[in-house]
Amino acid sequence: MANVKVLVAKPGLDGHDRGAKVVARALRDAGFEVIYTGIRLTPEQIAEAALQDDVNVVALSLLSGAHNTLFPKVVELLKEKGLNDVLVIGGGVIPDADIPGLKAAGIAEVFTPGTPTSKIVDFINANVK
Amino acid sequence: MEIVDKLLNHSRLALSKAITAVENEYDDAVKIMTEIYPHTGNAYVIGITGPPGAGKSTLTDKLAKEYRKRGKTVGIVAIDPTSPYSGGAILGDRIRMMDLTADEGIFVRSMATRGSLGGLSQKAGDAVKLMDAFGMDVIIVETVGVGQSEVDIVKTADTTMVVVIPGMGDDIQAIKAGILEIGDLFTINKADREGTDKLNIEIEMMLELNPEHVGWRPPINRTIASKGEGIEAVVDSIEAHKAYLIDSGKLNDIRKKRIKNEVEAMLNDRVNRYIDKEVIQTQEFDDLVVKMQSREIEPYSVVDDIVGKVLK
Repeated sequence: MANVKVLVAKPGLDGHDRGAKVVARALRDAGFEVIYTGIRLTPEQIAEAALQDDVNVVALSLLSGAHNTLFPKVVELLKEKGLNDVLVIGGGVIPDADIPGLKAAGIAEVFTPGTPTSKIVDFINANVK
Repeated sequence: MEIVDKLLNHSRLALSKAITAVENEYDDAVKIMTEIYPHTGNAYVIGITGPPGAGKSTLTDKLAKEYRKRGKTVGIVAIDPTSPYSGGAILGDRIRMMDLTADEGIFVRSMATRGSLGGLSQKAGDAVKLMDAFGMDVIIVETVGVGQSEVDIVKTADTTMVVVIPGMGDDIQAIKAGILEIGDLFTINKADREGTDKLNIEIEMMLELNPEHVGWRPPINRTIASKGEGIEAVVDSIEAHKAYLIDSGKLNDIRKKRIKNEVEAMLNDRVNRYIDKEVIQTQEFDDLVVKMQSREIEPYSVVDDIVGKVLK
């Protein structure tokens, strides 16, 4: 009985959590165990929570524009803690031009506004380790 | 085992992976627990329960900080329900405890109730043991007080605290709610709300009528957890209860009972799984059901037959 565990978190300073909550709910309905950690978190808090709950996926939501700094930082800290097979995905208002750089930094996929939640569920199911 | 050695050497990753092994029933889970067992029995276990929205997670967060001030390390097992429809869960306790992630002396684990098979109380109990072996001084198990399995978990704690809030109903609710009977201490949270005095009196009255509390009368504390008010007094009460249990020799009884319950649950689980696999999931059983439906045979002798075969 190995359920997929997903940590949904908002790094940085923006407090717009509607998107993160919609995604959290959709993931729950898809049968995942979702650890919802809320807004205004540091990458360190997110990585430590991922370690303590031994999650399979970290889903980051961010609308402040600081994704190029904060998303890669989370990936880096996860690796530092020995969490090498965690799937990290991101979402929010992220310019297309930034996406290749984020992927190169270890973000497996980036979901921008308008993405159906089913696409996120399918991506997790196809890529989770 | 490598993972056990690492856990005993305070690797947080090893502790986390070991809990996952237990939770997901990986093949090495039994071996991990077997090797861990001699290193357990040192932590003091506190169960916290109460209705949804009572402020259990916020209170747990504040209690953990207070224990840290007093020099203790703290493990937390926070349990939230699995959706019976999708099998998924939103585990939202951690959101109240994100401050705690910066403290190496604290480890928080979220757990979903999942299905009934496999026993949540057993898995939560194993998570407690793993944190105990890791070296946590105090372990808090926090769960919504609805459903037998959740009550079972907190019942096995050394000290059980029931969190209530004003405005949940009249005193009849207090009498009928089974969880009120299991409290070694009561905390009225959100005590700045109207109805706190009345609730306090209702709990007092209920305690007056309860003959079980001889030697220890459960104290009633008031807190406003979100503001951190009243937390020290709660920890003082927990420590007073602990001292009472030690002085009266009851701690020994509680822990003996806990082991008995755990082994009973493990046996029940093993038997249930066996029956499920060897009896319920067989074609032979399906055929019997059809015969019972057409009233060719009746279920009572079927049960006798099966029990006779299984428990020979």
